[in-house]
Formats: sequence, C-alpha cells, structure tokens
Amino acid sequence: MKMWASSSFFFFVGLLCTHLSPVSARIGASDSGRTQPTERISGSAGDVLEDDPVGRLKVFVYELPSKYNKKILQKDPRCLNHMFAAEIYMHRFLLSSPVRTLNPEEADWFYTPVYTTCDLTPNGLPLPFKSPRMMRSAIQLISSNWPYWNRTEGADHFFLVPHDFGACFHYQEEKAIERGILPLLQRATLVQTFGQRYHVCLKDGSITIPPYAPPQKMQAHLIPEKTPRSIFVYFRGLFYDVGNDPEGGYYARGARAAVWENFKDNPLFDISTEHPSTYYEDMQRAVFCLCPLGWAPWSPRLVEAVIFGCIPVIIADDIVLPFADAIPWEEIGVFVDEKDVPNLDTILTSIPPEVILRKQRLLANPSMKQAMLFPQPAQPGDAFHQVLNGLARKLPHGRSVYLKPGQKILNWTAGPVGDLKPW
Amino acid sequence: MKLSALHQSYMNRRNGSFRGGSAPSDSSSDGAMKSPGAVFWLVLHGLCCLISLVLGFRFSRLVFFLVFSTTSSPTGPAVAHTNLLFTASPLRQGAEISGNLEIRSSQVAGGGAGLDNKTVPRVVVGRHGIRIRPWPHPNPVEVMKAHEIIERVQREQRAQFGVKSPRTVIAVTPTYVRTFQTLHMTGVMHSLMLVPYDLVWVVVEAGGASNETASILAKSGLRTIHVGFDQGMPSTWADRHELEAKMRLHALRIVREEKLDGMVVFADDSNMHSMELFDEIQNVKWIGALSIGILAHSSPMTDESKSSTVQQVAEDENQSVPVQGPACNSSNKLVGWHTFNTLPYKGKAAVYIDDRATVLPRKLEWSGFVLNSRLVWKDVDDKPEWVNDLDSLEGVDDVESPLSLVKDHSVVEPLGSCGRQVMLWWLRVEARSDSRFPPGWVIDPPLEITVPSKRTPWPDAPPELPSTEKAMISQDDQVVKRPTKTRSSRSKRTSRSKRKREARIVETETRGKHTEQN
Repeated sequence: MKMWASSSFFFFVGLLCTHLSPVSARIGASDSGRTQPTERISGSAGDVLEDDPVGRLKVFVYELPSKYNKKILQKDPRCLNHMFAAEIYMHRFLLSSPVRTLNPEEADWFYTPVYTTCDLTPNGLPLPFKSPRMMRSAIQLISSNWPYWNRTEGADHFFLVPHDFGACFHYQEEKAIERGILPLLQRATLVQTFGQRYHVCLKDGSITIPPYAPPQKMQAHLIPEKTPRSIFVYFRGLFYDVGNDPEGGYYARGARAAVWENFKDNPLFDISTEHPSTYYEDMQRAVFCLCPLGWAPWSPRLVEAVIFGCIPVIIADDIVLPFADAIPWEEIGVFVDEKDVPNLDTILTSIPPEVILRKQRLLANPSMKQAMLFPQPAQPGDAFHQVLNGLARKLPHGRSVYLKPGQKILNWTAGPVGDLKPW
Repeated sequence: MKLSALHQSYMNRRNGSFRGGSAPSDSSSDGAMKSPGAVFWLVLHGLCCLISLVLGFRFSRLVFFLVFSTTSSPTGPAVAHTNLLFTASPLRQGAEISGNLEIRSSQVAGGGAGLDNKTVPRVVVGRHGIRIRPWPHPNPVEVMKAHEIIERVQREQRAQFGVKSPRTVIAVTPTYVRTFQTLHMTGVMHSLMLVPYDLVWVVVEAGGASNETASILAKSGLRTIHVGFDQGMPSTWADRHELEAKMRLHALRIVREEKLDGMVVFADDSNMHSMELFDEIQNVKWIGALSIGILAHSSPMTDESKSSTVQQVAEDENQSVPVQGPACNSSNKLVGWHTFNTLPYKGKAAVYIDDRATVLPRKLEWSGFVLNSRLVWKDVDDKPEWVNDLDSLEGVDDVESPLSLVKDHSVVEPLGSCGRQVMLWWLRVEARSDSRFPPGWVIDPPLEITVPSKRTPWPDAPPELPSTEKAMISQDDQVVKRPTKTRSSRSKRTSRSKRKREARIVETETRGKHTEQN
C-alpha cells in the first residue's frame, strides 16, 4: 500500500516537472549547436526580432522624379557611407523586397523615397536647410499625382528621416525644437534615428532605427572570440567640442566632460580622444563601452558596441533606443543618468557578475546583432526587416487614419516662411 | 544672411569672434545693424569682454536673453538648471551665478518647451554644469571589484571558446642536481604554473630524490610526484640521453600505477615551452607529434677560421630549418619526419656534458611527442590495437622515442597546423663538470674574505681598510692569476677593438666575489 502511494507520488511529481519546464524555456539558454549559449531576446512587443514581415504588410513605393533621390546621390556618393545612409539603403531594399506591391490599392503603407540628408558640406556633414522644402515639394507631388495622400493626409505613409533631430530638420537642438516636426508630416509615421522621450522631435508612433554602420568594415575587424576581454571601460571620442562649445557644459549637456574630469586617471577607464586604427579590435577586448550623448543623444557607438559584444553604457537621459519595443534594452545595456556620471565607477563595479554575463549572452545572440545592421543584400532579421515588422505591428490602421471626404487636418502654410519656397 | 551666418558657425566656429548669442538674437540682431546701433554694439562688446574676463566665461547669451528676448521663445540660451557643482574654479562659479539668475526665467522657458499636452521634459537644452565629485580618483576597493569582474568574464570566455572539458596535463621531467638545475627547473616551473588546466608534475631525479630538487618543487605550488632513480647521471651526452629515456619510462610506469588520467607531455628541464603548446595538446586523441625548434647553440671553440665556419654553419642552417617534427603532405596527412641536420656539426659535437661544443639532439626527441596517459594503462578496454604495452620496453636498452610504443607510425597526430607551428624549443646548456654552487643557492655561512673594490662608484664610501690590505694584495694576485689565463685566451680570439674592454673585465673579475665558479 505504502509503495503504491510513493510510486504514484513520484509519477505525479514527474508530471508536474514536465509541465513546469516549458515555462522557463523562453528565458533559458538555447544552445542550438553554436559554441556559445545565447538567450532569446523578447521585448515589450514579445519575441518579435525574428518575425518575417513578408505576408504581413504591403508597401507601395512612389515613383518620384530622380531629382529627389538618384540625382542627389549622383552628385555626392559619400551619402552611401555616412551614418545617415539608411534612407538610401531602405529605398533600395524596398524596391526589390517581396513586401513591395505595384498596386497601390492593396497597399497598407506608402513610402516616399526622398533623400533629405544628402546635401553634404565638404567635410561630409549634412546641411538640413533645404530639407524641409525638399520634403514639402515631394509631398506636394505625391498629393497631386496620386489620391492616396489626400485620402489619409499621410497617416498611412512613412518617411525615413535619419538626420540629427529627425523631422525637425536642424542640427542644433534649440533651433530644431523651435521648428518642431514639419507640419506636413504630422500624421505620417516617421522612421528616424533620433529618440528622446517628451521631446518635440519624437512623434508618438515613430519607429527608431539604429544609425547606419558599414557592416563589411566591422566584419573585417573581428578578432577571435576567445581573446580575453581585459579592458574594463572603453571610450574614444570628444569630451569637449572646442570648436563649437569652448567652455564646455553645452556639448553633451556636460556629461562627456564629466566623464573625462572624473575618470581621466582611473586605470579602469580606457578613455581618450585619439583615433586609433585598432578601434574596433579594442572594443572587442572591452567589457563596457561608453555611449554618451553628443550634440544628439544617438550615436553609431551603440551599434558598434552591440556588434562587438561590449556592454553599452548609455548616458543620455530619456533616450529612446532603436526598436525599443522589440529589444529589451534595459536588460542588455546599462543606463546611467547624467547626474550619476561622477559615480560611474561605483555603478559599474557594483553590477553583479551574473548580470554582466547575462548581458553578454544577450548581446551574443545573433538576431540582436543582425537587427542593428543594414547589410546589402538584406538578410533575414536585419534592421530593414525590423522596420517592416514595426510597421506591420501598427496594422490594421485605426479608423482615424481615413479621413471623411472633404475633411482637412493639415495646414499647408504652417511653418517658417522660408519653408514655403518651392524646391 | 541668416543662413550663411549659421553655415559658418556650423562648419568651424573659431571663437575669437564674439558672435554674441547668434542663436537667440537672430530676431533681434536685425534691428541692431544700423550705425548708431553698431557703435553701441561695439561699446557693449568691449564691456562684455571685460566682464567675461572677470567671470571666466562668456555670458553674452545670458544678457541677450534677459534684455532682448521679444518672443516667448522657449529655447533661450543658458538654461543652466543645475548648481550641483563641486569644484571651486571661477568657471564653475560663473555658471552657478548664471544658473541662479536663470532659475527664475527658466520656469517659463521650461513650461513653454513642453508642448502639446506632453509632460514638462526633465531634460532641458542649454548650458549645464560639469559635475565633478569631490575626490575624482580611483577607489582601490572598486578597482579590485572590477578586476574580479574581468576575471569572471575571462573565465566564462575560456569556458565557452576555449577547450571544452580540458584534460589534465601530466608533465614528465627527468632531472638531476647540478649547477644549472635551478635555472632550468625554474623555467619549466614557471611555464607549468601558468598552464590554465589541471596539472601533475612527475619529476624523476637521477641519483635519488634530493632535498635540492624538492626545495625547488616546493616553490611551485603544483601537484608534484617526485621520485628518485637509482642511477647517477653519466658524463657523456650519449649516455645521458639513454638514461633520460629510462627515467621517462619509469615516469610512465608511475602514471600507470597511479592511474593518472590526462595528456603526458615530456617537459625536459632545459626546454622552453610556449603557452599555446598546452592549448594545442588538448586536441590530441591518442598520440601527437609537435615541431620542436632545435637551439643547437654554436660553441665558442678555439678555431682560427672560426668566423668562416660560423658563416658556413649559418648558411647551412638557412637551407635546413632547425626543426624536428612531423612532416605532412599537402592534404595534411603525416608522411614522415623532419629531423635536425647534424652533418655540419660532424666531429665538432659535444661528447662530454661540460664540453663547450654544440650539443646535438637525437633523431627524434621525446619532448616532441604527447601521449594520452591511457595508452600506458594496464587492463584498459578501449586501448587501440596499435599500441605496444609499456612492459615490452622493459629490457630494451635505448628507447629512442615514444614511437616505440606504437606499432604503426601513421596513427600519430601532427599538431600545430601539421607541424608548421613551433611551440617548444629544445636546448641543452650545462656548466663545467667541476663547477660548484652553494646548496639551495643560499650563501651560508656568510663569506669570510671580502675583496673591497678599488675604485668604488660611491663618492662618500669609507676608505679602504689598512688591516686587510696585505691579505687583499695576496688575494688579488691569487684571484688575478687564474682568470687571466682563461681570459687572455679569450681576448686573443675576439676582435682587437675589444682589448680595452677585456682589460677592464679583468679588473672587475678581481673585484668579484669569493665564490667563483671558475
């Protein structure tokens, strides 16, 4: 009698165990034949990094005259390599993607290929002064040649605006805030690199993307993974922008200068303004990589840190990181408030080693690295697909998207007078 | 005009020019461009310059905001919202003052900046203070914690990308007590201490286990098995090689008895091992072969045509690489062996251990082979058929290399990308057979006779003691005589320009310590 009871007890326990184990499957390590165990990444929208957008949405690409895209690129091919190149590569990707449809009636989203960040100075910095006019002119074109803009006043259209402050079209934050987002884009979905909460230039429903970083260049500098990580904190870049902000305190809201002043003689912090040729290799030998804000809160350093497996330490208050709903950045990076910068060493050394190892495992997940890149040709899970996934998650369109006949919301004459001039 | 001004400032704002609040004052500067305004501007410019000099920062934006702002532009300049400044520099103080001034007006600005039903942003644009903590220097406790973190990360990296399930390394070293023993054993000991895997060091000592060797081994902190071997080390290299082979077989017997499990490496005490070697041997299944670099050092023999011979040997060596190890064909299969070319040294090789001639290796040195310890175990089922039992080598006089343990050479696995990488170096250096050294290299009792230096480098040293002068002189003669004999022959050989230096060397020899190795 007793034996029967105990055996049934064990049987019952065994049943329970098989039921309990799937619960932890998502958080557990998945070792699918690769040498390094990685963890699945699931953000607030769920486990969506590996979703396939094909079949979930249809995108119609407007055929604009080449003066809006090809001719600009021809004039300055440097646009293909700088960090704003996402707008060009997105266009190319969409032209040959299976989500593209040639029938606008069945399209869920409409894409306007206008390269607003391709007017470069001799130094290679984009000038945003003509961008509002260019955008406005493009919108005028599509609204007069196709009925789809007026149908929704742009609510089912998306635009790529990878410049410093997105659709505010200015490099200086004060001016950008003053201008605000271009009035004509008020209802459209903006795909931009800039993201800061409660900021004028970040619209609700925007999709944040990582800045463009050349994938081949980074692949060429990979070192063997067993090279031990011996640098604790690594950073290369400016601390004071002497040309534009000599006294300091303006650039990066004083955060970079604070990092320098507090940690310049700390042996754990390998920070300097040099431009070493082993920059990428050094990042792969570091445990933490600082990603402080500059003139704008975003920077390609985040992409580089993720690719090279270095835990990003993000020092930018209220920043919105790329694909924030798909990637749980809180679990992957370390967020430090700007006011806590003087205690950065205490903060970083007090992180328990298990947490650090977990972050490294998350970073090692190949879908994480893929999501930060814009490879050509496109690969599954890369940033192009994440943008499409983000657009697909916004479907189906709400009722407010479609306007009643005769209803007008946008003010075509709003904005500074200079913007109204034709381009 | 506005655009060009901004354009300029964006490209390269070199700040000699007092561009006076270019951002906010755009609306206002329009009005100020008339000539009385221009004069007024100049005066104001000068005044502001002086004030800035005193304060230590450019407060122009502040002024323009207070005086000229007409629009309720939320983006005024210098909304320095923080006064958490810890340094006492005037720069920071100036910012603090402006901060205080700004607090009043910034409330409006802050409120204005949050448009459209959004909450007031807690991040505001403008000049912020640079926060510096009171003691901006590293905290040693935190540095230690960081090192622990790095150590943990590296351990994880090794576990993931390094060798999976690393096997114990069993290092077999034949040794005996002599002058150079400490030198050689310390080298091997340090290499073994750095190996990141479990290690057992089997030391077989000719002439019986001695305290000398035991004291060296005790410093290592490694797990050691120190056994003695009944024979003493003979004085010719040929005999020595034979005895060493016997000692290594004895060690293998110990491996068998103790059932030690791992990879057996023959770490001769005078060889030099690289760390990659120990990572590479983890790949061996049963028996592996490595490429050894042979460092057959050219000897300082008495030979008039020495220089020409040296050249010749060098040329020969260029043609034949001094490496002993596996030879592979293009499909990375073992086809044969590279051995060291001993022809150039024919007749000039060292015979006795303390000869100053070149010491030559044998055809294939033991140290170039790595064995899985299970090969020598008794009664193990999964031993491959091609292995000879250890007992079969019992009575054999001269076991040249571990290859005698295998019936068929083709099962040997070449290591180090098929022998292309050299990860260990073979060297034999010994002192003269009559050389003596203090036991344990401890000078005890202290020296009886000390020879004070004649020309002391210390300017304020006490003068030479007169009492020991006599003894010193006689001692000098004594000491001088013997070294000069050997030294002079040396000076004859080396180039004439070194004569002077030789003379000085003689002097330093006389000043040398009492315990001469000779």
